[in-house]
Amino acid sequence: MSARHREMIAGYLFILPDFLGLLIFVGLPMLLALFIGFFDVNGFGAFEFVGLDNYRRMMVDPLFWQCLRVTGLYTVLLVPGLYFCGLGLALLVRRTNRFNTVMRSMFFAPQMVSLVVIAVIWQLMSSDKVGIVARLFTAIGLPGVSILGDPSIALYTVVFITVWFLMGFYMLIFLGGLQDIPNEYYEAARIDGATAIQSFWHITLPMLRPTSFFVLLVSLVAAVAGQQAFDLIYVMTKGGPANSTQVIIVYIYQQAFQYSSFGYAAAIASILVVILLAATSILFVLTRGGRFHHE
Amino acid sequence: MNSESLVTRRQVNLVRLVWMAIALILALMTIFPLFWMVSIAFKTPTEVFQPALLPKAPNWDNFLYVLTEVPFIRYLGNTTFVAGVVTVVALFFHTMAGYALARLRFPGRETLFILMFSTFLVSLPVIIVPLFIMVRTMGMLNTYAGLIIPSIFNAFGIFLLRQYYLSLPREIEEAAVIDGAGYWRIYWSVILPLSRPIIASLAILFFLANWNSFLWPLTVTGDDRLWMVQVGISNFRSQYSASWTYIMAASTIVAAPMLILFVIFQRQIMESIKTSGLK
Repeated sequence: MSARHREMIAGYLFILPDFLGLLIFVGLPMLLALFIGFFDVNGFGAFEFVGLDNYRRMMVDPLFWQCLRVTGLYTVLLVPGLYFCGLGLALLVRRTNRFNTVMRSMFFAPQMVSLVVIAVIWQLMSSDKVGIVARLFTAIGLPGVSILGDPSIALYTVVFITVWFLMGFYMLIFLGGLQDIPNEYYEAARIDGATAIQSFWHITLPMLRPTSFFVLLVSLVAAVAGQQAFDLIYVMTKGGPANSTQVIIVYIYQQAFQYSSFGYAAAIASILVVILLAATSILFVLTRGGRFHHE
Repeated sequence: MNSESLVTRRQVNLVRLVWMAIALILALMTIFPLFWMVSIAFKTPTEVFQPALLPKAPNWDNFLYVLTEVPFIRYLGNTTFVAGVVTVVALFFHTMAGYALARLRFPGRETLFILMFSTFLVSLPVIIVPLFIMVRTMGMLNTYAGLIIPSIFNAFGIFLLRQYYLSLPREIEEAAVIDGAGYWRIYWSVILPLSRPIIASLAILFFLANWNSFLWPLTVTGDDRLWMVQVGISNFRSQYSASWTYIMAASTIVAAPMLILFVIFQRQIMESIKTSGLK
Protein backbone atom coordinates (compact mmCIF):
# COMPACT_ATOMS: atom_id res chain seq x y z
CA MET A 1 0.00 0.00 0.00
CA SER A 2 1.42 3.36 -1.02
CA ALA A 3 1.99 6.23 1.40
CA ARG A 4 -0.73 8.28 -0.28
CA HIS A 5 -3.17 5.44 0.10
CA ARG A 6 -2.33 5.08 3.77
CA GLU A 7 -2.82 8.81 4.34
CA MET A 8 -6.16 8.69 2.53
CA ILE A 9 -7.50 5.79 4.58
CA ALA A 10 -6.27 7.38 7.81
CA GLY A 11 -8.01 10.63 6.85
CA TYR A 12 -11.37 8.94 6.25
CA LEU A 13 -11.12 6.89 9.42
CA PHE A 14 -10.27 9.96 11.52
CA ILE A 15 -13.32 11.92 10.39
CA LEU A 16 -15.64 8.88 10.39
CA PRO A 17 -17.04 9.16 13.97
CA ASP A 18 -17.91 12.84 13.67
CA PHE A 19 -19.13 12.48 10.10
CA LEU A 20 -21.50 9.63 10.99
CA GLY A 21 -22.64 11.42 14.15
CA LEU A 22 -23.44 14.64 12.32
CA LEU A 23 -25.12 12.67 9.54
CA ILE A 24 -27.35 10.67 11.88
CA PHE A 25 -28.12 13.26 14.57
CA VAL A 26 -28.16 16.48 12.53
CA GLY A 27 -28.36 15.73 8.80
CA LEU A 28 -31.01 13.00 8.96
CA PRO A 29 -33.35 14.89 11.33
CA MET A 30 -32.92 17.93 9.11
CA LEU A 31 -34.09 15.91 6.10
CA LEU A 32 -36.88 14.27 8.09
CA ALA A 33 -38.00 17.71 9.32
CA LEU A 34 -39.03 18.46 5.74
CA PHE A 35 -41.00 15.22 5.30
CA ILE A 36 -42.72 14.41 8.60
CA GLY A 37 -45.04 17.36 7.98
CA PHE A 38 -46.83 15.28 5.30
CA PHE A 39 -47.68 12.58 7.82
CA ASP A 40 -49.85 12.15 10.84
CA VAL A 41 -47.75 10.66 13.62
CA ASN A 42 -49.46 9.28 16.70
CA GLY A 43 -48.03 8.92 20.19
CA PHE A 44 -46.80 5.39 19.44
CA GLY A 45 -44.84 6.36 16.36
CA ALA A 46 -47.19 5.04 13.64
CA PHE A 47 -47.04 7.16 10.48
CA GLU A 48 -49.96 7.83 8.20
CA PHE A 49 -49.62 9.85 5.01
CA VAL A 50 -52.00 12.80 5.03
CA GLY A 51 -50.65 14.89 2.17
CA LEU A 52 -51.05 18.60 2.72
CA ASP A 53 -53.49 18.34 5.65
CA ASN A 54 -51.03 19.73 8.20
CA TYR A 55 -50.18 22.63 5.92
CA ARG A 56 -53.86 23.38 5.28
CA ARG A 57 -54.47 23.38 9.02
CA MET A 58 -51.58 25.80 9.43
CA MET A 59 -53.01 28.27 6.92
CA VAL A 60 -56.21 28.65 8.95
CA ASP A 61 -54.59 28.47 12.40
CA PRO A 62 -54.56 32.02 13.81
CA LEU A 63 -52.01 30.99 16.44
CA PHE A 64 -49.54 29.96 13.73
CA TRP A 65 -49.78 33.40 12.14
CA GLN A 66 -49.43 34.99 15.57
CA CYS A 67 -46.21 32.94 16.05
CA LEU A 68 -44.83 34.21 12.76
CA ARG A 69 -45.56 37.81 13.74
CA VAL A 70 -44.02 37.39 17.20
CA THR A 71 -40.92 35.62 15.86
CA GLY A 72 -40.52 38.27 13.18
CA LEU A 73 -40.73 41.12 15.68
CA TYR A 74 -38.39 39.30 18.08
CA THR A 75 -35.82 38.83 15.29
CA VAL A 76 -36.10 42.37 13.95
CA LEU A 77 -35.51 43.77 17.44
CA LEU A 78 -32.93 41.27 18.65
CA VAL A 79 -30.43 41.17 15.77
CA PRO A 80 -29.73 44.94 15.61
CA GLY A 81 -29.96 45.15 19.40
CA LEU A 82 -27.20 42.58 19.78
CA TYR A 83 -25.13 44.12 17.02
CA PHE A 84 -25.15 47.61 18.51
CA CYS A 85 -24.80 46.55 22.14
CA GLY A 86 -22.00 44.09 21.33
CA LEU A 87 -20.11 46.61 19.23
CA GLY A 88 -20.78 49.44 21.70
CA LEU A 89 -19.45 47.47 24.65
CA ALA A 90 -16.42 46.31 22.64
CA LEU A 91 -15.54 49.92 21.78
CA LEU A 92 -16.12 50.96 25.39
CA VAL A 93 -13.62 48.44 26.78
CA ARG A 94 -11.40 48.17 23.70
CA ARG A 95 -8.15 49.35 25.32
CA THR A 96 -6.52 46.44 27.12
CA ASN A 97 -5.79 47.33 30.72
CA ARG A 98 -6.62 45.87 34.09
CA PHE A 99 -9.78 47.95 34.57
CA ASN A 100 -11.20 46.97 31.19
CA THR A 101 -10.36 43.31 31.73
CA VAL A 102 -12.54 43.34 34.85
CA MET A 103 -15.30 45.18 32.97
CA ARG A 104 -15.22 42.61 30.15
CA SER A 105 -15.58 39.78 32.67
CA MET A 106 -18.55 41.51 34.26
CA PHE A 107 -20.27 42.03 30.89
CA PHE A 108 -19.66 38.40 29.99
CA ALA A 109 -20.67 36.91 33.36
CA PRO A 110 -24.41 36.34 32.59
CA GLN A 111 -23.31 33.95 29.81
CA MET A 112 -22.10 31.50 32.43
CA VAL A 113 -25.56 31.17 33.95
CA SER A 114 -28.21 29.02 32.28
CA LEU A 115 -31.18 30.70 30.64
CA VAL A 116 -33.49 28.78 32.94
CA VAL A 117 -31.89 30.42 35.96
CA ILE A 118 -31.82 33.77 34.13
CA ALA A 119 -35.54 33.41 33.44
CA VAL A 120 -36.30 32.60 37.06
CA ILE A 121 -34.27 35.58 38.33
CA TRP A 122 -36.03 38.00 35.95
CA GLN A 123 -39.39 36.58 36.94
CA LEU A 124 -38.64 37.38 40.55
CA MET A 125 -37.33 40.85 39.68
CA SER A 126 -40.37 41.67 37.58
CA SER A 127 -43.00 40.54 40.08
CA ASP A 128 -45.97 42.90 39.90
CA LYS A 129 -45.95 45.88 42.29
CA VAL A 130 -43.39 44.54 44.77
CA GLY A 131 -40.62 43.36 42.43
CA ILE A 132 -37.48 45.44 42.12
CA VAL A 133 -38.29 46.44 38.53
CA ALA A 134 -41.80 47.55 39.52
CA ARG A 135 -40.32 49.65 42.33
CA LEU A 136 -37.92 51.21 39.87
CA PHE A 137 -40.76 52.08 37.49
CA THR A 138 -42.76 53.55 40.38
CA ALA A 139 -39.74 55.64 41.37
CA ILE A 140 -39.49 57.16 37.90
CA GLY A 141 -43.18 57.91 37.83
CA LEU A 142 -44.55 54.91 35.94
CA PRO A 143 -46.45 52.94 38.57
CA GLY A 144 -48.33 49.79 37.70
CA VAL A 145 -46.22 48.77 34.73
CA SER A 146 -46.06 44.97 34.49
CA ILE A 147 -43.14 44.11 32.21
CA LEU A 148 -44.03 40.42 31.85
CA GLY A 149 -47.77 40.59 32.50
CA ASP A 150 -48.72 43.24 29.96
CA PRO A 151 -49.22 41.78 26.45
CA SER A 152 -48.02 44.98 24.81
CA ILE A 153 -44.71 44.93 26.76
CA ALA A 154 -43.84 41.28 27.46
CA LEU A 155 -42.07 40.59 24.14
CA TYR A 156 -39.90 43.70 24.52
CA THR A 157 -38.94 42.45 27.96
CA VAL A 158 -37.91 39.09 26.51
CA VAL A 159 -35.82 40.86 23.85
CA PHE A 160 -34.23 43.06 26.51
CA ILE A 161 -33.30 40.05 28.66
CA THR A 162 -31.88 38.21 25.63
CA VAL A 163 -29.74 41.22 24.70
CA TRP A 164 -28.56 41.60 28.29
CA PHE A 165 -27.69 37.89 28.37
CA LEU A 166 -25.89 37.68 25.01
CA MET A 167 -24.23 41.09 24.61
CA GLY A 168 -21.08 40.01 26.48
CA PHE A 169 -20.56 37.16 24.02
CA TYR A 170 -20.85 39.45 20.99
CA MET A 171 -18.66 42.02 22.74
CA LEU A 172 -15.89 39.38 22.80
CA ILE A 173 -16.41 38.51 19.13
CA PHE A 174 -16.12 42.20 18.23
CA LEU A 175 -13.05 42.60 20.46
CA GLY A 176 -11.48 39.71 18.53
CA GLY A 177 -12.19 41.58 15.28
CA LEU A 178 -10.95 44.93 16.63
CA GLN A 179 -7.74 43.29 17.80
CA ASP A 180 -6.89 42.36 14.20
CA ILE A 181 -7.01 45.93 12.91
CA PRO A 182 -3.40 47.12 12.60
CA ASN A 183 -2.67 50.14 14.79
CA GLU A 184 -0.75 51.81 11.95
CA TYR A 185 -4.04 52.53 10.16
CA TYR A 186 -5.22 54.65 13.06
CA GLU A 187 -1.87 56.39 13.39
CA ALA A 188 -1.84 57.24 9.70
CA ALA A 189 -5.39 58.60 10.00
CA ARG A 190 -4.43 60.70 12.99
CA ILE A 191 -1.47 62.20 11.16
CA ASP A 192 -3.85 63.08 8.33
CA GLY A 193 -6.00 64.88 10.88
CA ALA A 194 -8.92 62.45 11.00
CA THR A 195 -11.32 62.73 13.92
CA ALA A 196 -12.25 59.75 16.06
CA ILE A 197 -15.61 59.50 14.29
CA GLN A 198 -13.96 59.59 10.86
CA SER A 199 -11.54 56.82 11.70
CA PHE A 200 -14.45 54.77 13.08
CA TRP A 201 -16.35 55.14 9.77
CA HIS A 202 -13.39 54.70 7.45
CA ILE A 203 -11.21 52.20 9.31
CA THR A 204 -13.02 50.38 12.11
CA LEU A 205 -16.34 49.58 10.39
CA PRO A 206 -14.88 48.42 7.03
CA MET A 207 -12.21 46.32 8.76
CA LEU A 208 -14.89 44.71 10.95
CA ARG A 209 -16.86 43.47 7.94
CA PRO A 210 -16.07 39.74 8.42
CA THR A 211 -16.79 40.00 12.14
CA SER A 212 -20.04 41.83 11.46
CA PHE A 213 -21.09 39.13 9.03
CA PHE A 214 -20.39 36.44 11.61
CA VAL A 215 -22.30 38.32 14.33
CA LEU A 216 -25.31 38.93 12.08
CA LEU A 217 -25.36 35.32 10.85
CA VAL A 218 -25.12 33.74 14.30
CA SER A 219 -27.59 36.11 15.93
CA LEU A 220 -30.05 35.80 13.05
CA VAL A 221 -30.06 32.00 13.22
CA ALA A 222 -30.36 32.11 17.02
CA ALA A 223 -33.22 34.62 16.90
CA VAL A 224 -35.31 32.88 14.22
CA ALA A 225 -34.81 29.41 15.69
CA GLY A 226 -35.40 30.75 19.19
CA GLN A 227 -32.29 29.24 20.77
CA GLN A 228 -32.49 31.61 23.73
CA ALA A 229 -36.16 32.46 23.39
CA PHE A 230 -37.33 28.92 24.10
CA ASP A 231 -35.76 28.59 27.55
CA LEU A 232 -36.74 32.12 28.60
CA ILE A 233 -40.30 31.94 27.35
CA TYR A 234 -40.95 28.36 28.46
CA VAL A 235 -40.04 29.30 32.03
CA MET A 236 -41.32 32.88 32.20
CA THR A 237 -44.52 33.20 30.17
CA LYS A 238 -45.26 29.92 28.35
CA GLY A 239 -46.07 32.09 25.32
CA GLY A 240 -48.45 34.39 27.18
CA PRO A 241 -49.86 36.81 28.14
CA ALA A 242 -52.48 36.65 25.36
CA ASN A 243 -49.95 34.80 23.12
CA SER A 244 -47.83 37.93 22.94
CA THR A 245 -44.58 35.97 23.38
CA GLN A 246 -45.63 32.89 21.40
CA VAL A 247 -42.51 32.35 19.25
CA ILE A 248 -42.49 29.53 16.69
CA ILE A 249 -40.28 27.18 18.70
CA VAL A 250 -42.53 27.36 21.78
CA TYR A 251 -45.55 26.54 19.59
CA ILE A 252 -43.70 23.63 17.96
CA TYR A 253 -42.81 22.29 21.40
CA GLN A 254 -46.39 22.61 22.67
CA GLN A 255 -47.87 20.92 19.59
CA ALA A 256 -45.39 18.05 19.69
CA PHE A 257 -44.92 17.34 23.35
CA GLN A 258 -48.11 18.56 24.98
CA TYR A 259 -50.68 17.65 22.31
CA SER A 260 -48.65 14.85 20.61
CA SER A 261 -49.35 16.45 17.21
CA PHE A 262 -45.95 15.47 15.85
CA GLY A 263 -46.99 15.80 12.22
CA TYR A 264 -48.36 19.29 12.71
CA ALA A 265 -45.33 20.32 14.78
CA ALA A 266 -43.02 19.02 12.05
CA ALA A 267 -44.96 20.89 9.40
CA ILE A 268 -44.46 24.12 11.35
CA ALA A 269 -40.77 23.24 11.80
CA SER A 270 -40.40 22.81 8.03
CA ILE A 271 -41.72 26.36 7.59
CA LEU A 272 -39.11 27.43 10.13
CA VAL A 273 -36.44 25.75 7.98
CA VAL A 274 -37.65 27.64 4.92
CA ILE A 275 -37.61 30.94 6.85
CA LEU A 276 -34.11 30.23 8.17
CA LEU A 277 -32.81 29.37 4.69
CA ALA A 278 -34.41 32.50 3.25
CA ALA A 279 -33.08 34.73 6.02
CA THR A 280 -29.52 33.40 5.81
CA SER A 281 -29.55 33.57 1.98
CA ILE A 282 -30.66 37.20 2.12
CA LEU A 283 -27.85 37.89 4.57
CA PHE A 284 -25.33 36.13 2.29
CA VAL A 285 -26.52 38.12 -0.72
CA LEU A 286 -26.51 41.45 1.13
CA THR A 287 -23.01 40.93 2.52
CA ARG A 288 -21.71 39.11 -0.56
CA GLY A 289 -21.01 35.93 1.30
CA GLY A 290 -19.13 34.66 4.26
CA ARG A 291 -15.47 33.86 4.33
CA PHE A 292 -15.51 30.22 5.25
CA HIS A 293 -12.38 29.38 3.26
CA HIS A 294 -9.38 29.84 5.42
CA GLU A 295 -6.56 28.89 3.15
CA MET B 1 5.71 71.30 27.53
CA ASN B 2 3.49 74.25 26.62
CA SER B 3 0.19 74.99 28.29
CA GLU B 4 -1.89 74.12 25.25
CA SER B 5 -0.91 70.45 25.20
CA LEU B 6 -1.39 70.33 28.96
CA VAL B 7 -5.02 71.30 28.50
CA THR B 8 -5.60 68.71 25.81
CA ARG B 9 -3.98 66.04 27.92
CA ARG B 10 -6.22 66.98 30.82
CA GLN B 11 -9.21 66.82 28.45
CA VAL B 12 -8.14 63.40 27.20
CA ASN B 13 -7.88 62.18 30.77
CA LEU B 14 -11.31 63.57 31.57
CA VAL B 15 -12.84 61.87 28.54
CA ARG B 16 -11.22 58.61 29.53
CA LEU B 17 -12.54 58.96 33.05
CA VAL B 18 -16.07 59.51 31.77
CA TRP B 19 -15.81 56.41 29.59
CA MET B 20 -14.56 54.39 32.53
CA ALA B 21 -17.45 55.61 34.66
CA ILE B 22 -19.95 54.63 31.95
CA ALA B 23 -18.34 51.20 31.63
CA LEU B 24 -18.43 50.69 35.38
CA ILE B 25 -22.09 51.68 35.74
CA LEU B 26 -23.14 49.44 32.83
CA ALA B 27 -21.07 46.55 34.16
CA LEU B 28 -22.58 46.84 37.63
CA MET B 29 -26.07 46.91 36.10
CA THR B 30 -25.16 43.84 34.06
CA ILE B 31 -24.20 41.70 37.00
CA PHE B 32 -26.90 43.06 39.32
CA PRO B 33 -29.45 40.27 38.58
CA LEU B 34 -26.82 37.64 39.47
CA PHE B 35 -25.98 39.46 42.68
CA TRP B 36 -29.71 39.70 43.46
CA MET B 37 -30.11 35.92 43.04
CA VAL B 38 -27.37 35.20 45.57
CA SER B 39 -28.63 37.86 47.96
CA ILE B 40 -32.21 36.50 47.98
CA ALA B 41 -30.87 32.97 48.47
CA PHE B 42 -29.52 34.07 51.85
CA LYS B 43 -32.62 36.04 52.85
CA THR B 44 -35.72 35.01 54.80
CA PRO B 45 -39.09 34.88 52.95
CA THR B 46 -40.30 38.14 54.52
CA GLU B 47 -37.30 40.02 53.09
CA VAL B 48 -37.77 38.91 49.48
CA PHE B 49 -39.55 42.02 48.28
CA GLN B 50 -37.74 44.49 50.46
CA PRO B 51 -35.35 46.64 48.48
CA ALA B 52 -32.43 46.04 50.89
CA LEU B 53 -29.45 44.90 48.85
CA LEU B 54 -28.05 42.54 51.46
CA PRO B 55 -29.86 40.08 53.75
CA LYS B 56 -30.24 41.20 57.38
CA ALA B 57 -29.04 37.93 58.82
CA PRO B 58 -27.59 35.77 56.05
CA ASN B 59 -28.23 32.08 56.63
CA TRP B 60 -27.89 28.76 54.81
CA ASP B 61 -31.38 27.47 55.63
CA ASN B 62 -32.66 27.83 52.07
CA PHE B 63 -29.74 25.84 50.71
CA LEU B 64 -30.20 23.09 53.31
CA TYR B 65 -33.89 22.86 52.49
CA VAL B 66 -33.30 22.61 48.75
CA LEU B 67 -30.55 20.01 49.08
CA THR B 68 -32.43 17.82 51.56
CA GLU B 69 -36.08 18.12 50.47
CA VAL B 70 -35.62 18.06 46.69
CA PRO B 71 -33.35 15.57 44.87
CA PHE B 72 -31.04 18.32 43.70
CA ILE B 73 -27.93 16.30 44.57
CA ARG B 74 -29.17 13.65 42.16
CA TYR B 75 -29.79 16.25 39.41
CA LEU B 76 -26.31 17.65 39.99
CA GLY B 77 -24.83 14.16 39.73
CA ASN B 78 -26.72 13.42 36.49
CA THR B 79 -25.62 16.71 35.01
CA THR B 80 -21.97 16.26 35.95
CA PHE B 81 -22.00 12.76 34.46
CA VAL B 82 -23.74 13.69 31.21
CA ALA B 83 -21.80 16.93 30.66
CA GLY B 84 -18.52 15.16 31.53
CA VAL B 85 -19.04 12.25 29.14
CA VAL B 86 -20.23 14.52 26.31
CA THR B 87 -17.18 16.76 26.78
CA VAL B 88 -14.62 13.94 26.77
CA VAL B 89 -16.10 12.02 23.84
CA ALA B 90 -16.72 15.18 21.83
CA LEU B 91 -13.14 16.37 22.30
CA PHE B 92 -11.83 12.94 21.29
CA PHE B 93 -13.89 12.83 18.08
CA HIS B 94 -13.41 16.50 17.21
CA THR B 95 -9.62 16.48 17.63
CA MET B 96 -9.46 13.44 15.32
CA ALA B 97 -11.69 15.08 12.72
CA GLY B 98 -10.02 18.48 13.09
CA TYR B 99 -6.57 16.94 12.63
CA ALA B 100 -7.57 14.99 9.53
CA LEU B 101 -9.37 17.96 7.97
CA ALA B 102 -6.39 20.26 8.57
CA ARG B 103 -3.47 17.96 7.93
CA LEU B 104 -4.16 14.73 6.07
CA ARG B 105 -4.60 14.82 2.31
CA PHE B 106 -7.46 12.81 0.86
CA PRO B 107 -9.92 13.30 -1.98
CA GLY B 108 -13.06 15.26 -1.06
CA ARG B 109 -11.56 16.75 2.07
CA GLU B 110 -12.78 20.31 1.45
CA THR B 111 -16.25 19.13 0.42
CA LEU B 112 -16.52 16.98 3.54
CA PHE B 113 -15.41 19.91 5.66
CA ILE B 114 -18.00 22.26 4.14
CA LEU B 115 -20.68 19.58 4.55
CA MET B 116 -19.83 19.02 8.19
CA PHE B 117 -19.40 22.71 8.93
CA SER B 118 -22.69 23.69 7.34
CA THR B 119 -24.52 21.70 10.03
CA PHE B 120 -23.64 24.53 12.39
CA LEU B 121 -26.54 26.46 10.85
CA VAL B 122 -28.93 23.73 12.02
CA SER B 123 -30.00 24.48 15.54
CA LEU B 124 -31.77 22.11 17.87
CA PRO B 125 -35.20 23.79 17.80
CA VAL B 126 -35.46 23.15 14.05
CA ILE B 127 -34.85 19.40 14.33
CA ILE B 128 -36.31 18.72 17.76
CA VAL B 129 -39.38 16.81 16.50
CA PRO B 130 -37.62 14.40 14.10
CA LEU B 131 -34.71 13.97 16.53
CA PHE B 132 -37.15 13.05 19.28
CA ILE B 133 -38.93 10.53 17.03
CA MET B 134 -35.57 9.00 16.01
CA VAL B 135 -34.30 8.74 19.56
CA ARG B 136 -37.61 7.20 20.63
CA THR B 137 -37.40 4.66 17.79
CA MET B 138 -33.87 3.77 18.90
CA GLY B 139 -35.26 3.11 22.39
CA MET B 140 -33.16 5.84 23.97
CA LEU B 141 -35.95 7.86 25.62
CA ASN B 142 -35.31 8.19 29.35
CA THR B 143 -31.76 6.86 29.11
CA TYR B 144 -28.38 8.42 29.65
CA ALA B 145 -27.51 7.43 26.08
CA GLY B 146 -30.42 9.54 24.84
CA LEU B 147 -29.15 12.51 26.82
CA ILE B 148 -25.52 12.06 25.80
CA ILE B 149 -25.18 10.80 22.22
CA PRO B 150 -27.10 13.49 20.29
CA SER B 151 -25.28 16.20 22.28
CA ILE B 152 -21.80 15.09 21.19
CA PHE B 153 -21.78 16.19 17.57
CA ASN B 154 -21.05 19.85 17.11
CA ALA B 155 -19.65 21.43 13.98
CA PHE B 156 -18.28 24.44 15.80
CA GLY B 157 -15.83 22.42 17.87
CA ILE B 158 -14.56 20.68 14.74
CA PHE B 159 -14.15 24.03 13.03
CA LEU B 160 -12.17 25.60 15.89
CA LEU B 161 -9.85 22.58 16.18
CA ARG B 162 -9.25 22.53 12.44
CA GLN B 163 -8.31 26.22 12.57
CA TYR B 164 -5.94 25.48 15.42
CA TYR B 165 -4.24 22.60 13.59
CA LEU B 166 -3.87 24.70 10.45
CA SER B 167 -1.84 27.16 12.52
CA LEU B 168 0.58 24.54 13.88
CA PRO B 169 3.97 24.33 12.13
CA ARG B 170 4.23 21.24 9.90
CA GLU B 171 7.81 20.42 10.90
CA ILE B 172 6.67 18.87 14.15
CA GLU B 173 4.79 15.98 12.56
CA GLU B 174 7.23 15.68 9.68
CA ALA B 175 9.89 14.62 12.18
CA ALA B 176 7.48 11.92 13.39
CA VAL B 177 6.73 10.81 9.83
CA ILE B 178 10.46 10.38 9.16
CA ASP B 179 10.65 8.27 12.31
CA GLY B 180 8.11 5.99 10.60
CA ALA B 181 5.26 6.68 13.03
CA GLY B 182 1.75 5.80 11.82
CA TYR B 183 -0.98 8.42 11.69
CA TRP B 184 -2.61 7.18 14.89
CA ARG B 185 0.75 7.45 16.72
CA ILE B 186 1.25 11.00 15.37
CA TYR B 187 -2.26 11.98 16.45
CA TRP B 188 -1.96 10.40 19.87
CA SER B 189 1.57 11.31 20.91
CA VAL B 190 2.32 14.47 18.88
CA ILE B 191 -0.93 16.25 18.01
CA LEU B 192 -2.92 15.66 21.20
CA PRO B 193 -0.19 16.90 23.58
CA LEU B 194 0.26 19.97 21.38
CA SER B 195 -3.48 20.70 21.57
CA ARG B 196 -3.57 20.96 25.36
CA PRO B 197 -4.39 24.70 25.52
CA ILE B 198 -7.25 24.58 23.02
CA ILE B 199 -8.57 21.33 24.48
CA ALA B 200 -8.67 22.99 27.91
CA SER B 201 -10.71 25.96 26.68
CA LEU B 202 -13.03 23.82 24.57
CA ALA B 203 -13.54 21.44 27.49
CA ILE B 204 -14.77 24.35 29.62
CA LEU B 205 -17.06 25.62 26.85
CA PHE B 206 -18.53 22.15 26.12
CA PHE B 207 -19.05 21.38 29.79
CA LEU B 208 -20.69 24.77 30.30
CA ALA B 209 -23.02 24.32 27.31
CA ASN B 210 -24.16 20.91 28.52
CA TRP B 211 -24.50 21.97 32.13
CA ASN B 212 -26.78 24.80 31.01
CA SER B 213 -28.74 22.93 28.31
CA PHE B 214 -32.46 22.70 28.81
CA LEU B 215 -34.52 21.96 25.69
CA TRP B 216 -33.04 18.54 24.89
CA PRO B 217 -32.98 17.17 28.47
CA LEU B 218 -36.54 18.45 28.92
CA THR B 219 -37.65 16.66 25.76
CA VAL B 220 -35.89 13.34 26.22
CA THR B 221 -36.36 12.67 29.94
CA GLY B 222 -39.81 12.32 31.51
CA ASP B 223 -38.39 10.21 34.34
CA ASP B 224 -37.23 12.54 37.13
CA ARG B 225 -34.44 10.16 38.16
CA LEU B 226 -32.66 11.18 34.95
CA TRP B 227 -33.35 14.88 35.18
CA MET B 228 -30.54 17.34 34.69
CA VAL B 229 -30.30 20.47 36.84
CA GLN B 230 -31.98 22.91 34.47
CA VAL B 231 -35.06 20.68 34.14
CA GLY B 232 -34.99 20.34 37.93
CA ILE B 233 -34.96 24.13 38.39
CA SER B 234 -37.74 24.68 35.90
CA ASN B 235 -39.90 22.07 37.59
CA PHE B 236 -39.05 23.33 41.07
CA ARG B 237 -40.06 26.81 39.96
CA SER B 238 -43.52 25.64 38.89
CA GLN B 239 -44.04 23.59 42.06
CA TYR B 240 -42.85 26.15 44.60
CA SER B 241 -44.21 29.15 42.76
CA ALA B 242 -44.02 31.66 45.62
CA SER B 243 -41.08 30.32 47.65
CA TRP B 244 -38.57 32.67 46.10
CA THR B 245 -35.87 32.13 48.72
CA TYR B 246 -35.83 28.39 47.94
CA ILE B 247 -35.95 28.99 44.20
CA MET B 248 -33.04 31.44 44.39
CA ALA B 249 -31.06 29.05 46.61
CA ALA B 250 -31.58 26.28 44.04
CA SER B 251 -30.61 28.65 41.24
CA THR B 252 -27.49 29.70 43.10
CA ILE B 253 -26.49 26.06 43.61
CA VAL B 254 -26.86 25.43 39.88
CA ALA B 255 -25.15 28.63 38.76
CA ALA B 256 -22.33 28.70 41.32
CA PRO B 257 -20.10 25.94 39.82
CA MET B 258 -20.07 27.71 36.44
CA LEU B 259 -19.47 31.13 37.98
CA ILE B 260 -16.57 29.74 40.01
CA LEU B 261 -15.20 28.09 36.86
CA PHE B 262 -15.46 31.47 35.17
CA VAL B 263 -13.61 33.32 37.93
CA ILE B 264 -10.75 30.79 37.69
CA PHE B 265 -10.56 30.43 33.91
CA GLN B 266 -11.96 33.76 32.70
CA ARG B 267 -8.91 34.58 30.61
CA GLN B 268 -8.93 31.24 28.75
CA ILE B 269 -12.71 31.24 28.30
CA MET B 270 -12.84 34.78 26.94
CA GLU B 271 -9.76 34.35 24.74
CA SER B 272 -11.17 31.24 23.07
CA ILE B 273 -14.46 33.00 22.31
CA LYS B 274 -12.63 36.07 21.06
CA THR B 275 -10.77 34.02 18.45
CA SER B 276 -13.84 32.03 17.39
CA GLY B 277 -15.27 34.70 15.08
CA LEU B 278 -14.79 33.89 11.41
CA LYS B 279 -11.83 35.64 9.91
